[in-house]
Amino acid sequence: MTWVSDHFGQLLQVSGQHLVLALLPVLIGFVLSVPLGWVAHRWRLARTILIPLSGLLYTIPSLALFVVMPALIGTRILDPLNVQVALTIYTIALLVRSVADALDAVPGHVVAAANAMGFGQLRRFFTVDLPLSVPVLTAGVRVAAVTNISLASIGAIIGVESLGSFLTEGFNRTNYPEIIAGIVAILVLALVVDALLLLVGKLITPWTRATRGASKGASA
Amino acid sequence: MIEFRDVTKRYPDGTVAVDELSLSVEAGTITVFVGPSGCGKTTSLRMVNRMIEATSGQVLVDGQDVAKQKPAQLRRGIGYVIQQAGLFPHRTVLDNVATVPLLSGWSKAKARTRASELLELVGLPVEFGKRYPAQLSGGQQQRVGVARALAADPPILLMDEPFSAVDPVVREGLQDELLRLQAELDKTIVFVTHDIDEAIKLGEKVAVFRVGGKLAQYAEPAELLRAPADEFVSSFVGRDRGYRGLGFLSADGIAVEQLETVPVGAAVPTTNDWVLVVDGERKPVGWLRPGSSSTVDGTVTADGLEPGGSLYDVEGGNGTTGSLRSAMDAALSSPSGHGVAVDGSGAVVGRVSAESVLAALSKAREQAATA
Ligand SMILES: Nc1ncnc2c1ncn2[C@@H]1O[C@H](COP(=O)(O)OP(=O)(O)OP(=O)(O)O)[C@@H](O)[C@H]1O
Ligand SMILES: [Mg+2]
Repeated sequence: MTWVSDHFGQLLQVSGQHLVLALLPVLIGFVLSVPLGWVAHRWRLARTILIPLSGLLYTIPSLALFVVMPALIGTRILDPLNVQVALTIYTIALLVRSVADALDAVPGHVVAAANAMGFGQLRRFFTVDLPLSVPVLTAGVRVAAVTNISLASIGAIIGVESLGSFLTEGFNRTNYPEIIAGIVAILVLALVVDALLLLVGKLITPWTRATRGASKGASA
Repeated sequence: MIEFRDVTKRYPDGTVAVDELSLSVEAGTITVFVGPSGCGKTTSLRMVNRMIEATSGQVLVDGQDVAKQKPAQLRRGIGYVIQQAGLFPHRTVLDNVATVPLLSGWSKAKARTRASELLELVGLPVEFGKRYPAQLSGGQQQRVGVARALAADPPILLMDEPFSAVDPVVREGLQDELLRLQAELDKTIVFVTHDIDEAIKLGEKVAVFRVGGKLAQYAEPAELLRAPADEFVSSFVGRDRGYRGLGFLSADGIAVEQLETVPVGAAVPTTNDWVLVVDGERKPVGWLRPGSSSTVDGTVTADGLEPGGSLYDVEGGNGTTGSLRSAMDAALSSPSGHGVAVDGSGAVVGRVSAESVLAALSKAREQAATA
């Protein structure tokens, strides 16, 4: 405990670094997954390529991906970008499928009605299809965020600072309080981020809580 | 006006959904496309707003070939109502109705005001505007669908089985509502259904399709009942068509004879015919059997009467004359054999008999023959 109180400031600061390392890729991955998922939803051929490919990417061990990154994108060995790009790839691998599935699940009659009212393709996508996909997407983003928070720790092994660094350092110095503090901090971050995403997901989809009988006075 | 000129739709898999369709839909009328499942009704309808492109032939709206118009532009001028209403689940009822005005560039405030007016027009309380579609019954959702289609006041309304997902009672209410709205709005409506009764009730003209996308007959509903073009149409129109055809013949000039009535509380009359018991406003209460004197003090009470049959409204309910069908039904369903004729307020004005309906029918036939 004295270790924690002595290093509290450092813990907070590294937690912040860890969050950026883990969540910036979620954000970027999400933005890239939307068009990719749309393509997979729109064209059968694209789907048969993209979905298995993303499944395959997801099976690559994270450490291996971190290590080969410099060779792939020309970064320095210790560059945090190696971890971020790798985590972005994992996010995309996860979310492309979510996006495609969510878009597939938009009811056909709603799409037909939107087309019949004269929505343009792009407008329909952003004001009808995408909002209706939010519940499924939120689930996907939560998995991606929690996964990335845990994977980001592994970056410590190749020297990219994160909460994982407390574990590597703790092992080197056989400093158990440091190791435990690192693990607890990672867990807390994951839980808090997951809860926040869940909350935001609920807040932006008020219609999902509106069902018949939930409001008084509904009559035929 | 909407005109189909030799329109054919062949899907990529070779299915011919619509085969050389030629017909024109008069402006300001309700035209119904009816036929068995898969006969190409939806396909025909969707070629009007270009949700489906014709393989060959032309569809003209107000003389303009739709193929030469921008789909989005074209569609904003054509209201479309589909079976499950197709409401946006993530938008409130009010925002759903305001959709097309907003797409057409109206200000938010103006679009919402308009949307409230429309909710009222289709008979929904304005407070419903704040709800999400999932918080409405199926029938209410359909009304919202109709309101949304009407929001930008398009001259044309396409309706694809809009009432088929609701129960029969609600459906009838919605049909009546549509007729009332149409009397007020005077739109050009193309209405798709597979229910011939709905077609006959709503259509000023009815197009019967057969499987394979061929037009079997295009006629006024009375004509369809009286003279189906072929075996297919006649079997599709179904049983009782002679009887149902009476619904299109005015009972104008049918003899309304005098009917003996007695108010509740009066002395039981001495007669050996049926007597109709009426209330203080001369509205029918029930029938007194011939020779029935079961009442203790010799006065008529409302209990123990024979329930009456359907009523023949001489004013036809909305300012028109009643039909021969309602007169005939009144006569046939009355326990006494005397059909009870009432005026617009429901007060008894006399009786009609099956014989007088038949007499009126033969007179109408003679007139049709000499005309
Ligand atoms: N996209 C498509 N590809 C191939 N065939 C199609 C397609 N859409 C419809 N069809 C076929 O075209 C025919 C007409 O279909 P359509 O949907 O117009 O029928 P409908 O009269 O509206 O039927 P229902 O009463 O069941 O709605 C059917 O045989 C149908 O299977
Ligand atoms: Mg159909």
